[in-house]
Amino acid sequence: MSAPTMSRSDRDGLARRPWRGTVREYDLFKELTVALVVVGLVIVGLSAIFGSPDEPSVTLKSWAQAEPADFVATATAELGGTSETAGYGPPYNTTADATQTIGAFDLQSFSGVQLPIDTAKDLVITPLTTLNAPPSAALDAWNAASDTEKTDWTAAYTDALTNAPDGDPAQVVTGDYGPVPVLTDALLTMASQGALDGVLNAQQSFYNNDYTRTILFLGDGAYFGDLATAAHLTGDQWGMMNETGNTPGQSWLWLFSFWYQIEPFASAPNADLLVVLLMLVLSVLLTLVPFIPGLRDIPRWIPIHRLIWRDYYKKRAAGRG
Amino acid sequence: MSIREERKTEPVEEYYTWTGKARGWLLKHLPADKLLPQDQPSYVASWIYVFGMGAIVSLVFILVSGVVLSLNGPAWYHVSDFGHFVNSVHLWSVELFFMTMVVHLWGKYWMAAWRGGRTLTWITGMGAFLVSIVAAFTGYLLQTNFDSQWIAFEGKDALNASGIGAWFNVANLGQIFGFHIVLLPLAVGAVVALHVILVRMHGVVPPIDAAETDAQLSGPDRTEATR
Repeated sequence: MSAPTMSRSDRDGLARRPWRGTVREYDLFKELTVALVVVGLVIVGLSAIFGSPDEPSVTLKSWAQAEPADFVATATAELGGTSETAGYGPPYNTTADATQTIGAFDLQSFSGVQLPIDTAKDLVITPLTTLNAPPSAALDAWNAASDTEKTDWTAAYTDALTNAPDGDPAQVVTGDYGPVPVLTDALLTMASQGALDGVLNAQQSFYNNDYTRTILFLGDGAYFGDLATAAHLTGDQWGMMNETGNTPGQSWLWLFSFWYQIEPFASAPNADLLVVLLMLVLSVLLTLVPFIPGLRDIPRWIPIHRLIWRDYYKKRAAGRG
Repeated sequence: MSIREERKTEPVEEYYTWTGKARGWLLKHLPADKLLPQDQPSYVASWIYVFGMGAIVSLVFILVSGVVLSLNGPAWYHVSDFGHFVNSVHLWSVELFFMTMVVHLWGKYWMAAWRGGRTLTWITGMGAFLVSIVAAFTGYLLQTNFDSQWIAFEGKDALNASGIGAWFNVANLGQIFGFHIVLLPLAVGAVVALHVILVRMHGVVPPIDAAETDAQLSGPDRTEATR
C-alpha cells in the first residue's frame, strides 16, 4: 500500500503507536540547560539595553494643576449626571438604554449594579464634606435643591464654561448656576492641593486598593484621554496592544485590537460586546480545530510540513528512488 | 537459572489501592523512558522544535522575576534601580514567552500535531496560550503607572459589556494583584505542566503522510539509530 492511497485513519494509526523507526540522540536536560543559558542571555541583554517604560501615573492633583478648566467642566458634569460614568449603566448605575446589547442579549444588565457610583454624591459632594472648612452654604443649597434645579444649574454652568475663553471658570458670564461654581471651585482647590486623591481612594477607610472611582473620574475628563492619544494608546490607535514609549506592548492582542479599526465594529455602539464574542468564537474554533473538517485539513493542503520535515521526506524519496 | 529466566518468574505486581492503581496507570502511560527519553524519532530534526522549549524557559524567567517583584510589592520597581531591572526582565521574558509560544503554536498547526490521539495536547496548548493572555493582561494592570491606569480605563468596557466587569474589576488593584500573582500563574503552570506531560506520553507526532513502507520505518536501516 503506497502512502497516497492510505486513509487518514491508517496514517493516524501510525501516529498513534510508538515510533519504531530510526531514532536520533536527544538530551532533554541538555536542551533545557542550553535554552536556559541562551534565553537568559537574550532576556538580560534586552533588559539591559531597552529596559522597561514607567510613565508616571496621572493624579487628580496633576490633572487639576495642569488643566483646571477641564477639571471644573468634568466636575460639573459629575454633579449634573451628564458625564460618561453617570450615563454608563451597569455595573456602576442603572441608566436606561446605556448597555451594550445584541437584540435582547444583554449581559451588561444581567450582571446588575455591583459597583454603584452616584457621580454627584461620590465624586463631588461627599469629598467636599471631608474638608476642614467645607463650603457649607453651597453644600446645603445643593442638598436642598430639587432634581430639576440641579439639572438646570449644571446645564447652565456647562454652557457658560463652554462659551468662556479657554473654558476658564474665572471668565464665565454671570448666570443662575446656583451653588455649582462654588462647589466645583472648592473641589478644584481640594484636588490641586492633593487632598482629593487621598479622599477618593481611601473611601472613608485606612486601607484601600480599589481605584475604580478615581479612574472613572479621570476618564470622564479630556486631559486623561489626550495624554493617552499622545502616547498612541487609545482604542482607535490599536491602543490595547501598545505600550508607552517604543517598547512592545501586548502584541498578542493584535487581532482583538484589529476589529476595533474596521467597520462595522469601529462605529458600532456595541463594539465591545461584538468584538468579545467574535474573539470568543475564534478562540474556541482554534482550540477545537482537530474536530473541524476543513480547518484541520489546511495543513495537508498547504504543505508547509514539507519544509519542517524536509529531511524525512528527502530520505523517503531517496529510499524509494 | 539465567537472569532472563529469573525475570520470567517474578510475580506480576497487583495494584489494589488507589495509590497503587495510580502508580500502575502512570507506569503504563508515562514510563521513565518516555518521561526522560535519551532519543527521539529521526524526523524530530527542525528548528521549529526549539520554540516549545523556548516558551518553557521564558516562563521560568517570568516566574523567577515575578516572585522577586511580588516580594516587594507592585510599586517597588518605581523607586529601586534593581527593582526596575527585575521589572525589565519580567517584561522581556513575557515578550519572548509569547513570541516563542506563538511560533510553537503555528508550527504545530502546520504539522497537524493533533493527529494520533494528540487532541488533548493541542487543546491544553491552546489553553496555555489563552490563560497566558489573561495573565499578561493583569500584569499590565499591575504596573501602577500611566499605562496601567489607561489600560484599566480602556479595558473595563469590554469586560463590562461581557457582564464580568464587577467580578473582574480592572481598576481594583488588590483584586488584580491576587489574580496576577496567585490564581493565573497557578493556572498557567498547571496547564503547561499537563501539556508537557501529554507531549511526553504521546511522543512527537510523525510527519504527515508518513507510511509504514517508508525506509525510515521499515527499510533496511530500521533498527539502525542515526547517532
